[in-house]
Amino acid sequence: MIVAEQKPLEDIIRMIVPYERVLILGCGTCMTVCDAGGEREVSFLHNALQLAQARSGEGAHTFSEHTVKRQCDPEFLEALGEKTADVDVILSLGCGIGVQAIAEYLPDMPVLPGVNTSFMGMTKESGVWDERCAACGECRLEDTGGICPITRCTKGILNGPCAGVKNGKCEANKDMDCAWILIYQRLERLQQLDKMRRYYPPRNFRAIPRPRRIMSKAETVTGESNG
Amino acid sequence: MANSLFEEKLSSNDFIITTEIGPPKSVDVSEVVHHIKLLKDKVDAINITDHQSSVMRFPSIGGCLLVRELGGEPILQMTCRDRNRLALQSELLLAYSRDIKNVLSLTGDSIDVGDHKDAKPVFDLDSVQLLKMIRTLESGIDMGGNELGAAPKFCIGTSVHPEADFIEPQLIKFDKKVAAGAQFFQTQGIFDLASFRRFMQYASQFDVKILAGIIVLSSAGMARYMNNNVPGIIVAQSLIDELAAVEKGKGLQKGIEIAARFIKTIREEKLCHGVHIMAVGNENIVPDILEAAELVSSSR
Ligand code: SF4
Ligand code: SF4
Repeated sequence: MIVAEQKPLEDIIRMIVPYERVLILGCGTCMTVCDAGGEREVSFLHNALQLAQARSGEGAHTFSEHTVKRQCDPEFLEALGEKTADVDVILSLGCGIGVQAIAEYLPDMPVLPGVNTSFMGMTKESGVWDERCAACGECRLEDTGGICPITRCTKGILNGPCAGVKNGKCEANKDMDCAWILIYQRLERLQQLDKMRRYYPPRNFRAIPRPRRIMSKAETVTGESNG
Repeated sequence: MANSLFEEKLSSNDFIITTEIGPPKSVDVSEVVHHIKLLKDKVDAINITDHQSSVMRFPSIGGCLLVRELGGEPILQMTCRDRNRLALQSELLLAYSRDIKNVLSLTGDSIDVGDHKDAKPVFDLDSVQLLKMIRTLESGIDMGGNELGAAPKFCIGTSVHPEADFIEPQLIKFDKKVAAGAQFFQTQGIFDLASFRRFMQYASQFDVKILAGIIVLSSAGMARYMNNNVPGIIVAQSLIDELAAVEKGKGLQKGIEIAARFIKTIREEKLCHGVHIMAVGNENIVPDILEAAELVSSSR
């Protein structure tokens, strides 16, 4: 899933200054799971903004709130319906994709990002999320024992550990395991160390042109476009 | 025929001595010039570091040009941290055209340990891929598969970490570096001869030259600092104790003594093919170390 963190309240207050009626819009999928912008966070933020406005005595915003199932899918944005009729801005607590999906769906409506979209990862423990994939476009987990060197090694190097590793930790951060020690240990366990002995050539960055697009095979065959 | 004086030296049976100079964060290179003049006839080659510890400085290639101008033998340190494959290749073309023919391929320290922590880390290649790339250039084609008008030919080295606490993955990488075409290795700092001996038992099966890295410690505090802050460095506690036992102000003297002791042992026991002395900011004491290790002679 996509993991994000809510922006600091001061930043959000600064962003909404030019607008009066603010719709705080949550996302029911990834942002709910990572506690950054689900229904609960929408309601907390709503209260926090109201409280801040009352305390400072500045600003005359009115706030409304709503959460859609998924902001990144136009199909779910249809559900917004009349919710956007009387608002001047949407403060989205969706990831960066959600914000852009809304901007495309509502060409005349300003949209503000309420979260900093951070990475693709997994829940490590309650309240802790770890990055696991950088969407490199050529998954090499087969060769690395299911541990991603591109994401988990600070340098994203492909042929084994650098010389900076100490006590199994990365030179960039003493609390972070060195990805290549983890890969070594796991391959050893799987009796696949030959995979580490292989030479891996430089990455092909053409696998990630910006922006990327994937078309469903079915559509490609029938020659339809998805955009 | 050898590509460089240094390559010729590598193929001799002589005990090889290299050292390194870290360029300044300045356009005033007078100190580097001074150090080059001081060292060029006392060692077989001088490395110029490449934004060591990810701290922005005068570039390695610039320092190598100075070494050349002053009649010394330069080793161009090249990390993958700051340049993509285009920039790395073009710098190699420049180096060769200016008679800089020894290259040391390194991954490069992480951006996080340096003084530009917000910079974009490049790492388009890693140190093994850089070695391969150099060999590819030598074959007359670049990484894009295009022909070069004229091809360079280098003497290439890289590093290895014999005292890493997880040695096996480092040895796998060592093998890959040999297979990729490394001719010589300048090791990370050696602080424990027992583990270095074990490493050499392994490494001596390969036809490559190993130069043991000698880091000159200047005080117990510096040694502890390096243990905590410098990537990969693990100074043995016995050495820290040895440094801590001397009077204040005598630390560097002790550091020179320790370095000389290591060098003498390595040479007398023929543990490896030579040493690479890293004086980290104290380049002017390298001659003292050589003298203490009985390595300065009229023959050099
Ligand atoms: S190799 Fe890593 S970054 Fe690439 S797709 Fe696989 S998990 Fe993602
Ligand atoms: S210490 Fe390990 S994880 Fe960190 S940069 Fe080096 S190889 Fe990558």
